[in-house]
Amino acid sequence: MTLTLTVNGRNYAIEAAPTTPLLYVLRDDLSLNAAKYGCGLGQCGACTVQVDGKAVFSCLTPIAALEGRAIRTVEGLGSAEKPSPLQAAFATEQAAQCGYCTAGMIMRAQALLDTTPHPSEAEIRTHMDTNLCRCGTHMRILRAIHRAAGSTPESGA
Amino acid sequence: MGDCTTCHTAGPATPFAGGNPLATPFGTLFSTNITPDVKSGIGNWSAEAFRRAMRDGVSRNGKHLYPALPYEHFTHVTDGDLDALYAFFMTRRAVSTVQPANALYPPLGFRPLLAGWKMLFLHKGVWQPTPARSEQWNRGQYLVEGLGHCGGCHTPRNLLGGEKRSQAYDGGLAEGWVAPAISARSPAARAWTADRLYVYLRTGIDMNHAAAAGPMGPVAHNLARAPDADVRAIAVYVASLMASSPGATVLSAPSIDRSTLAAREFPAGAALFAGGCSGCHGPGAPMMQQGRPALSLGSPLHEDDPRDTIQIILQGLQPPVGAPGPYMPALADNFTDVQVGAIAAYVRACYTDKPGWTNLPKAVAKARKEGNQP
Repeated sequence: MTLTLTVNGRNYAIEAAPTTPLLYVLRDDLSLNAAKYGCGLGQCGACTVQVDGKAVFSCLTPIAALEGRAIRTVEGLGSAEKPSPLQAAFATEQAAQCGYCTAGMIMRAQALLDTTPHPSEAEIRTHMDTNLCRCGTHMRILRAIHRAAGSTPESGA
Repeated sequence: MGDCTTCHTAGPATPFAGGNPLATPFGTLFSTNITPDVKSGIGNWSAEAFRRAMRDGVSRNGKHLYPALPYEHFTHVTDGDLDALYAFFMTRRAVSTVQPANALYPPLGFRPLLAGWKMLFLHKGVWQPTPARSEQWNRGQYLVEGLGHCGGCHTPRNLLGGEKRSQAYDGGLAEGWVAPAISARSPAARAWTADRLYVYLRTGIDMNHAAAAGPMGPVAHNLARAPDADVRAIAVYVASLMASSPGATVLSAPSIDRSTLAAREFPAGAALFAGGCSGCHGPGAPMMQQGRPALSLGSPLHEDDPRDTIQIILQGLQPPVGAPGPYMPALADNFTDVQVGAIAAYVRACYTDKPGWTNLPKAVAKARKEGNQP
């Protein structure tokens, strides 16, 4: 079955079963390898991408749900040469250890900054709650989000 | 036991300092500060004033309180327990706050109207035991009817917001969710025995039914830390309320799975379920291998109202931050209203033998609005 998906502003004709999770199509068909397979159950957030501006787990989103909706991955934010402000902030704060969660973290954080350019510490923490980092880089991730938002983390945070 | 903290705490930094919005059919109310702060809390309240607020719904300054404070139930609590609560609150850390203004529909901001409401719906009197019943049952009834205020959600309300006493525990609405009947009208497919209720109330999940969702989540979370004997007593009493429900004699109804039939009828929903839900809920999924309840056992799919099924798909199950508990990711942003409706139609057909729900996309749009209210 052929479905048309709009990823990072481009249309792609996808030949796959409608039940296929978006994550598999991104990685296997479109070679957009930023989003990662972590748990496949919506518990870790490594596969987070944006659909219509909202952060979603791509492992739990079958492509049948996505025709006509705008999908954005970290590849759509910027590149190594021309990183987006949030990507640059992650690099400056060295907000990655193994890096497996990073693309998901960035996409979820970007969804917050798109609607709330200057989030509070509490708003950031609540919003990022669903994304896990096993290396324990959370404090740097928080600093990177604050940096991109032009704010400073609350002391003791 | 009384769940005071659920309404009266807005954030972990300010326990019992109020400010939490509560959406009611009559507008939005903000919970009050019940820390011993003199200016914004109850610091200069006497034990007598506290008792009057809990029993009669009258503030220290003589103003009527809105029945969002469930004094319909607290009026049954003994002096000893009210004094213990008073002593507890007066020894918390005082927090100074600015009370947000309530946003009620006119003329409900005019508090003297509440005198009439109380005349109709406030039935005063400390709870009295039923000698023919066991001590445990009586303890359970005291807790459920009094501090526990279970009827606040599980009993339907009339147009004026009073509990319909003739339909006690026949199921009500709370914050955009259905609080299922816990009476003879319980929709549960398998019996709620006292043992099963105890496990459910204590842990937030029972393998013969489902996980506590929506406003029931914090209730189970708080009961996990309540005295063991009290939770058992509540379970014994509530089980007795459901003793004559249709499922009461069915200890282990086989779970229903009519996926082939349902997929033929609702192919779009079946595809979305296969890609979005079956990783946990499908046969053979890791979660099902751990003995988690099948979808056919939970009340939401059996209710006439699709609201709970929709809310669970939209909001998932979120244990309190840092606390263990059953978890389901929120899928509100993964699926459109039509798609959530298609999933709901499919699971209803697949996991129950009840007639299909109608107007689902509209119900989803409504549920999104109600679920997002403060």
